[in-house]
Amino acid sequence: MKTILALSLAGTLLGTTALAQEDFQPAVIFDMGGKMDKSFNEAAFNGAERFKEETGIDYLEFEITNEAQREQAMERMVRKGADIVVVVGFQNATPVETIAKANPDVKFTIIDAVVDLPNVQSVTFKEEEGSYLVGMAAAMASKTDKVGFVGGMDIPLIRNFLHGYEQGVKATKPDMQVISNFAGTTPAAWSDPARGAELAISQFDRGADVVYAAAGATGLGVLQAAADKGELAIGVDSNQNYLYPGHILTSMVKKVDEAVYNAFKTAQDGTWEAGAESLGLAEKGVDYAVDENNADLITPEIKQKLDEAKQEIIDGKIAVEDYYSTQK
Amino acid sequence: MRDALPAWVELGLLPLLNLAFAFLVTGVIVVILGENPLEAVELLVYGAFGYGEAWGYTLFYATNFIFTGLAVALAFHAGLFNIGGEGQAYIGGLGAGLAALAFGGGSPFLVLPLCVLGAALFGAVWGFIPGWLQAKRGSHVVITTIMLNFVAASLMTYLMVNVLIVRGSQIPESAGFGPGADMPGLNGLLNLFGLDVGRSPLNLSLVLALVCCVLVWAFVWKSRPGYEVRVVGQSEPAARYAGIVPGNKVILAMTLSGVLAGLMAVNEVLGAQHRLVLGFSGGYGFVGIAVALMGRSHPFGVVLAALLFGALYQGGSELAFDMPAISRDMVVVIQGLVILFAGALEHMFRPFLTGIFVRRRDAAPAVREAARG
Repeated sequence: MKTILALSLAGTLLGTTALAQEDFQPAVIFDMGGKMDKSFNEAAFNGAERFKEETGIDYLEFEITNEAQREQAMERMVRKGADIVVVVGFQNATPVETIAKANPDVKFTIIDAVVDLPNVQSVTFKEEEGSYLVGMAAAMASKTDKVGFVGGMDIPLIRNFLHGYEQGVKATKPDMQVISNFAGTTPAAWSDPARGAELAISQFDRGADVVYAAAGATGLGVLQAAADKGELAIGVDSNQNYLYPGHILTSMVKKVDEAVYNAFKTAQDGTWEAGAESLGLAEKGVDYAVDENNADLITPEIKQKLDEAKQEIIDGKIAVEDYYSTQK
Repeated sequence: MRDALPAWVELGLLPLLNLAFAFLVTGVIVVILGENPLEAVELLVYGAFGYGEAWGYTLFYATNFIFTGLAVALAFHAGLFNIGGEGQAYIGGLGAGLAALAFGGGSPFLVLPLCVLGAALFGAVWGFIPGWLQAKRGSHVVITTIMLNFVAASLMTYLMVNVLIVRGSQIPESAGFGPGADMPGLNGLLNLFGLDVGRSPLNLSLVLALVCCVLVWAFVWKSRPGYEVRVVGQSEPAARYAGIVPGNKVILAMTLSGVLAGLMAVNEVLGAQHRLVLGFSGGYGFVGIAVALMGRSHPFGVVLAALLFGALYQGGSELAFDMPAISRDMVVVIQGLVILFAGALEHMFRPFLTGIFVRRRDAAPAVREAARG
């Protein structure tokens, strides 16, 4: 066992370009969706990879497979000498609280949830603001009186996406109807593209012609259904415009990769700070994506309206309500 | 007549042979992935049994598997295939959780039994429904239990997201339980024997699981209703002829099966999470099927199989941690191969072993016969 440890340590050292940094050990823990979900976790993975490419510092990683592993994985990272542990996913809030309390010298960054401790940085995103913008885009691009929404698992986080989306749609066309469905009630709802496609097709059949997918890998099925049916879909988390050019109106990007990269980077150079930050449009934490793949769909007129609304949200002239404040 | 194998071959050699083959195939896959299979085995075994905390986690997972394995095994004796352990455990957790949320502040001596009772009761209801449907309406228990798994998941998500969630929280989980509902850990006790299970969530539920093993054994083989359940499982017409009402035994077996599965939640919810979280049942109900198959539906076999799967869970995650080329999906592949060889292909080596062991034993009568002729 010791030789294995020594070998892996040696491997880490060899991969390090700058000798001065060899002491720094970052770690990342992915949630149950898996790091290759083309969406939320993969964005975190990309951020960690970017840090590795730029600095040559390898990171420790682990993918959670069951509830009992959460604390165990964090504890293991600490034991392996991690200086900062980035934990991805809202379900890790309670375990992070426990482990961070027990290890006050280790820095923790949790994404998508808030933990209030002196050695924890919490990064959340204002999904409602980005969703508001794509809701406006959907309403403007739609030629019918209905647009759709396909969520993954029915949890408050995804309801927040829907809540922002609905506000954006109604602000543009007050009479427009939003048809919404969730893919399921188990974590399998994040990784079921067939179900996503089925829900999207039924929404298209009911008269929607733009469907927003906020469903992890399940959303890939929604995007494909839009391409097959010749309709429009909206991607989420990562920029998914390239998947079906001409059929993806835009993507609501959540800069999870930035958050992971920044956590690593600031922990390395000593500027990392504990506390909660909520990244919205103003902080460029969320945005709608325009590139060559959807340049024809986002007409100058739509773009102008979206950018106006974006500025007004940043300036506080439009207040987008989040779902959590509606919970009684 | 079916060729009966000697007990030690049936219960010992055959499962070991199946297991060995599963690991052999796994080894080949590890080689293809470019890792050293011996090193992988070393990591896996070290990760599962190498130090105190590893033991703690292995036994913690094994506790879950003992409960769900027993649940499936008991139903097997009545000729029923209970695939609903997952849902029964999930709903059992609701029973334990509601009791814990309501009385959590009280004395553990009062609260814990109530919580355990809650888990058993809710699990029982979730097992009773398919049992009743099978007995009275002829709805096949395989179908209804699978469907009830989804009903359980939907119900729990609804309750967590809308009812039990802490107001204003983004996280769909209940409030933490009071101290009265914490299942005592086993670390203090094990320290007396020089074993330190560290931060692992190993708790008193393991003892409860072992007690359940003895109770199941006594019920199935030493009690009258257990005997009747077995008769129904072997042959319904024979049972009816003997004056047993098969439907009642089906309901009894499914209800008890639900109780056992529901008790799994005691370990997970009261012992580890100390609050209700989404998806704590984590597939243990399904793995329970494999555990029961491997354990030949006998409590002792179930304990051994549960220990094996506990070790695979804990050692496997350790393996994924230390060998990045072996992802968590690879660990599932290893488990899948064990299930494949121990469950689906359990008869693969049987003709071969029968050839070796049964012919030799039958040789004696054959010789007598020849002499007589």
